[in-house]
Amino acid sequence: MDRTGSRIRARRLDAKIAQRDRAQSVGISASYLTLIDHDRRRIGGKLLTQLAAALGLDPALLAEGADAGLVGRMRAAASAADAETVEAAQTADLAARYPGWARLIAAQADQIAALQQRAQMLEDRITHDPALATALHGVISAVTSIQSTAAILTGDAKVDADWQARFHRNIFDDATRLAQTSAALIAYFDAPANAAPVSLSPLEEMEQALSQTGFYRPAQERGGTAAADDPQLSAGAAGLLADYDARYHADAVALPLATFLPAAKAASYDPLRVSAQMGRPLAQVMRRLAALPAQDDAPPLGLLICDAAGVVRLLKSVPGAGLSRAGLCPLWPIFTALGQPGRAVAAQAVLPGTPDVRLNCHAIADVIPHPDGPHMPPLIEATMLLRPDDGPAAAAAVPVGAGCRLCPRTKCPARREPASVSLAITL
Amino acid sequence: MARRVLLIEDEPNIIEAISFILSRDGFTVHTHEDGETAMDKVRAQRPDMIILDVMLPGKSGFDILRDLRAEPATATLPVLMLTARGQAKDRELATRLGADVFMTKPFSNAEICAQVRALIGEDSPRGDVARDATA
Repeated sequence: MDRTGSRIRARRLDAKIAQRDRAQSVGISASYLTLIDHDRRRIGGKLLTQLAAALGLDPALLAEGADAGLVGRMRAAASAADAETVEAAQTADLAARYPGWARLIAAQADQIAALQQRAQMLEDRITHDPALATALHGVISAVTSIQSTAAILTGDAKVDADWQARFHRNIFDDATRLAQTSAALIAYFDAPANAAPVSLSPLEEMEQALSQTGFYRPAQERGGTAAADDPQLSAGAAGLLADYDARYHADAVALPLATFLPAAKAASYDPLRVSAQMGRPLAQVMRRLAALPAQDDAPPLGLLICDAAGVVRLLKSVPGAGLSRAGLCPLWPIFTALGQPGRAVAAQAVLPGTPDVRLNCHAIADVIPHPDGPHMPPLIEATMLLRPDDGPAAAAAVPVGAGCRLCPRTKCPARREPASVSLAITL
Repeated sequence: MARRVLLIEDEPNIIEAISFILSRDGFTVHTHEDGETAMDKVRAQRPDMIILDVMLPGKSGFDILRDLRAEPATATLPVLMLTARGQAKDRELATRLGADVFMTKPFSNAEICAQVRALIGEDSPRGDVARDATA
């Protein structure tokens, strides 16, 4: 139904212009304008141009309504806010009547989302950058030493001359170190302010959307197969999400939550045990484990899926893992599995930190025949499940890193490039 | 005999300050700077308590604490954990692994002396600083 008349009426009422006055100004009768106002007469051409000019609007906006993309962005902004306080049903009307305000709302929502992504990136950087952790540790150590030494020197108890001289020298050394580290930290934190805005790849967009529910997809559990219409996603990300949902649905049919969840709990979320008990492929079990709904007693479980070239196709990280799809450490057990398809690999991986971060990893690579026939190279997909491990270090633990640029293991035989030392401090 | 405190910490000026205040308070203080060989030092020294930093070269304080609790001779040895990280999860881990006290840097001298006295008593004669910086 053509809603041009309704938009003209709404705009006229907003401007508090009487119907008769507006009709007279464009040379038509009030009764004819009433018919137009209620969408009972189509309007176009010269009359539409005259009415739009009288209302101070673009004729195309009156005729076509608000841009669908703009409305979608506004709905996304509304969904991110408190639904109780936003009249989301009137979004299209708002966009048509106040296009300038609508664009402002959409632009600000985009900006908020970009800033949130940037904040997350900085948080990841602060959490996982060993150079920053070392520098902050140096600051606290220097402050501790200065405070403790100064308290000795200024306390009531007498300190002999030799000790006084020694402590004065210590305070000077610590103060010098503190000044250098502070200057380097300021330079470090100044740098991101000039960086280009973060833009996500379609894969990252999809993972960000999935992370809202911990990769759990309730609609697919219930039997739905179509991806939810998420106006915030780009077309590329929406397509990837549809593929994810289709596979998720197939996994949910093979391993229904009602039987899978009790089995997973009984097996302490050990994928090898669950796979053996339920008679399903390990990779499928690991995908299901990594997408369970939030459970009080369930450990956080991460998932990494890559292809034969080692390119990450799905990444769900876990606290402390610091995984990023760029520059993955080649020592992760998933790459060991990639070299021996069909054979499960179980290993404890250790990330450098204070203390070290330990992760129990299970990985397997599956060979998928090429759809064009056996004369074509098979497609290999490797899957790895990660689980934080607070237990003792295993004798055969594998030292891994968050990628060479961030990894402090200078003598690692798998190093591809030097570490990016963002803090040139001698501590 | 003076009560013996083994300070496992790798910051030289912090070692000096803590050693000074504890020895002035009547304790004999031995020090060690390396995480990897810390257990050897504990076995050789047989201290009455340990002040243990978390961030050490070679092996973290958490791992050393785990080793201490796993060995019958040191399973109940009082341990004061000292760390620059005051996050709840670190405190929780230290408690779970069996630390008696968890203190974050920067600390006050009075507080660390009070905690050491609370753990191994204050009725000991005055001791000397017996610093051992060998790894």
